[in-house]
Amino acid sequence: MPAELTQNRIHKIWVPSSEDVPAVPPRAYGGPHLANPPTVIVMVGLPARGKTYIARKLTRYLNWIGLPTKVFNVGEYRREAVKYNSYDFFKADNQDAVRIRHQCALAALHDVKTYLTEEGGHIAVFDATNTTRDRRDLILSFGSENGFKIFFIESVCDDPDVIATNIMEVKVSCPDYQGRNTADAVEDFQKRIECYRALYQPLDPNEYDRNLSIIKVIDVGRRFVVNQVQDHIQSRIVYYLMNIHVQPRSIYLCRHGESEDNLQGRLGGDSGLSAQGRKFAAALTCFVEQQNLSEVKVWSSQLRRSIQTAEALGMPYEQWKALDEIDAGVCEEMTYEEIKEKYPEEFALRDQDKFHYRYPRGESYQDLVQRVEPVIMELERQENVLVICHQAVMRCLLAYFLDKSAEELPYLKCPLHTVLKLTPVAYGCKVESIFLNVDGVNTQRDKPEEIKKGPTVPLLQRRNSITPLTSPEPSKKLRVTSISPTPPPSPCSASALPPALPRQGLRRNGSDLHEAVQVFH
Amino acid sequence: MASAEERTGMSLLGTSPRQLTQNPLKKIWMPYKNGHPEQHISQRRVCMTNCPTLIVTVGLPARGKTYISKKLTRYLNWIGVPTKEFNVGQYRRDCVKIYKSFEFFHPDNEEGLKIRKQCASAAMNDVQQYLGEEGGQVAVFDATNTTRERRETIIRFAEHNGYKVFFVESVCEDPDVIAENIVQVKLGSPDYTDCNSEEAIEDFMKRIKCYENSYETLDEVMDRELSFIKIIDVGRRYVVNRVLDHIQSRIVYYLMNIHITPRSIYLCRHGESDLNVKGRIGGDSGLSIRGKEACSFAKFCLWSSFAKCLAKFIQDQNIKDLKVWTSQMKRTIQTAEALGVPYEQWKALNEIDAGVCEEMRYEEIQEHYPLEFALRDQDKYRYRYPKGESYEDLVQRLEPVIMELERQENVLVICHQAVMRCLLAYFLDKSAEELPYLKCPLHTVLKLTPVAYGCRVESIFLKVVAVNTHRGKPENVNIHRSSEDALQTVPPHL
Repeated sequence: MPAELTQNRIHKIWVPSSEDVPAVPPRAYGGPHLANPPTVIVMVGLPARGKTYIARKLTRYLNWIGLPTKVFNVGEYRREAVKYNSYDFFKADNQDAVRIRHQCALAALHDVKTYLTEEGGHIAVFDATNTTRDRRDLILSFGSENGFKIFFIESVCDDPDVIATNIMEVKVSCPDYQGRNTADAVEDFQKRIECYRALYQPLDPNEYDRNLSIIKVIDVGRRFVVNQVQDHIQSRIVYYLMNIHVQPRSIYLCRHGESEDNLQGRLGGDSGLSAQGRKFAAALTCFVEQQNLSEVKVWSSQLRRSIQTAEALGMPYEQWKALDEIDAGVCEEMTYEEIKEKYPEEFALRDQDKFHYRYPRGESYQDLVQRVEPVIMELERQENVLVICHQAVMRCLLAYFLDKSAEELPYLKCPLHTVLKLTPVAYGCKVESIFLNVDGVNTQRDKPEEIKKGPTVPLLQRRNSITPLTSPEPSKKLRVTSISPTPPPSPCSASALPPALPRQGLRRNGSDLHEAVQVFH
Repeated sequence: MASAEERTGMSLLGTSPRQLTQNPLKKIWMPYKNGHPEQHISQRRVCMTNCPTLIVTVGLPARGKTYISKKLTRYLNWIGVPTKEFNVGQYRRDCVKIYKSFEFFHPDNEEGLKIRKQCASAAMNDVQQYLGEEGGQVAVFDATNTTRERRETIIRFAEHNGYKVFFVESVCEDPDVIAENIVQVKLGSPDYTDCNSEEAIEDFMKRIKCYENSYETLDEVMDRELSFIKIIDVGRRYVVNRVLDHIQSRIVYYLMNIHITPRSIYLCRHGESDLNVKGRIGGDSGLSIRGKEACSFAKFCLWSSFAKCLAKFIQDQNIKDLKVWTSQMKRTIQTAEALGVPYEQWKALNEIDAGVCEEMRYEEIQEHYPLEFALRDQDKYRYRYPKGESYEDLVQRLEPVIMELERQENVLVICHQAVMRCLLAYFLDKSAEELPYLKCPLHTVLKLTPVAYGCRVESIFLKVVAVNTHRGKPENVNIHRSSEDALQTVPPHL
């Protein structure tokens, strides 16, 4: 007779259990299916071909969809080992340097192994040039010894403009060139590239490398060659890489204007805009105009309050059901007080683990992330987009762009009547928070004090359940690098408060970057 | 500083923004004027291109072009993109009634060349009609298209009509694969009805030869401005060039996930549930105990019978490496648990959300929401329950499941009535009209096996009695109909 089922009270997942064992959702049977066994993604390419850009972006995406992923950048290991002088270090006949570089690669591989076998990592991104067959054979043996799958991502580009732009964006200001003037840095870097070029053996999926799993990205995504995709996650990675681009653009995230339900403190529902909400919609129209964008797509959810907001813009817009607010199930249209009174246990459970908590007959943030993934994919394809959505949805989107973990995500501050403008810059994302000077109620509910000290719920690694993790700190910490000049403030914003993002703590470089660039008035 | 109001001259309450009304069937908010909904409502559909897309296959005979065309067409239609394939070989068969031999395809055969060119033109005319007047969004032009000259003609045709062109080339030199293709789909073709197998194969191999000399494969340099995917050795390698838009990106992703390894997909519903027995829809109840009460001697109750039968059935099938998937609802999980094998829970497989009608009987829905009940009968595919979902929403929700099913090999999916209908419609190429009425009874496993260009279905009833949950479309769908008319087709229940 099959075991009885009980429903885990937070996740609302049915699991077999007996009397004395609490219903804890099982780890995915047979281990995580999305990446089983662990995978090492190996970057390949000459310097300034976007390897680190791809490595970090991909890592951010994989962590957001719940796969623990980490980048291991060999250049950083090298920087910890020696002080950089000039491109001579990279000459093929510089015996000492060759030895050091080899050791750095081995050190990085060692850390990869630790991450994948002892620290719960699923995917490691080995970010280095890896331009010779010898080096790649070394990695393949490493993979084979340890039972890791190997997937190569090669970036090939010979467009001098693209390379020059890359050098300016991320190389000139890198620690290697601190204190050098720009022209010197550029010249040295070009010579560095030449050192590698002589020995470069590109991947050859037609012949020599026909048994390896490879994606070759050519000319920044104009063409791809894909060889021997082994599993689901490699297929997803390929799809992701084929959808991203490097065109400059901005993504604007905001919520609908204040709604009638907001005024009453009610969750969910499908009410219309309040008077203040309508004011916001008009202010938003003004704001969009003043951004002076040649082209912008407008997306809204299918709930009335978003659509009303979009309608006010007087521009074509698309309705996405995937952008609808989190379904609060039996708690729909209740106030927090009413929920506390009617469902005290649910109320408490939600505070214990707001990310995984699923409303009875409703959704969790975890469900939301999965639901919203196609939106992210399409946002990657698009250029300028204004997304008019809802508090929980916006938090999920923001967590993707700003690399926030599951713990932080449900508490990200997304106040009404505030537009967050996200602009990709260097390896990260610049955020500007623009309050449109129309008052609205505050709908933020922070984590109650007593919960903050409570035990942490183990992260659930299940197929098709998504638990964003933030990309972990690289082993050799990168110092904060380039900071682009901030654009002039938008005239429409009477006050632009810095985004009140939660404490970073031991954050990684990408986040350091965006935090450093905020718009203050 | 001038206020926004003063600067723009707009009232901060908006320039009388359009009022919104909610379409009663789909529950979509749309602007309206003078009591009538505005025409253009931009909903998230897959293909957000304004211009139609012309997919053009390229490749020698027996390289799987038609297989890919048909499968891709089926997928695009299922996700809501009106697509149609145009097989030039079919036009040729309609024109030249009787196929004599491979000589027809010889490059020196002037008469043959003329006819083939005419057929291509005729097909292109029909493409134009489909994309221009019949509301089609994607047309698949299925022919060898092996010369640059032919492809140039097509590109000019597309430019002239404002279509985007996307080439799908299949390149394969593995003799086993080609032989298998010939056996699977060529021997049975109308061209070879009067030949025995050997003759047919021999002729077909010569036919391929006719094309080989003039074959100009898509080239990374010469064709670098074109948008294409080159599929090499049945998916071992791909070259993808210049993907222009969302739909092309989706097509590439789909083509990279399909395979032709033989396998079977088993679809079934959970065992009979408590709510099923009471004639209630939705909810999250456990399996029924009707059998347990009825047979006091029986060691196991009805649901246990079904699950046990299912377990035995699976064993008997002797399936290699079977994956088992369930939804996150109790009844499917209980069913899977009884199999005693590892399984994965997918939220995406949960039953359609009936919103305010959850756990109601049809009689109660008729009593409390007669208008909703009638609207549902009017367009069951697009109808969305208040605060719930529609079949159309379900399809969108299930797309990742389909994509993963394509990647997998042997899979048993334990799901629900509406969900199973959606999955089945994908495999059996059923339209939106038919989909919500597909028969998916309890305790019945549908075994789907890809064969030739389609899918063979075997329906296996596991001989454990269950209640019938299928409600057909009643004759009277008018919103003012009587209760009897509305409840005409409700299946019996407790």
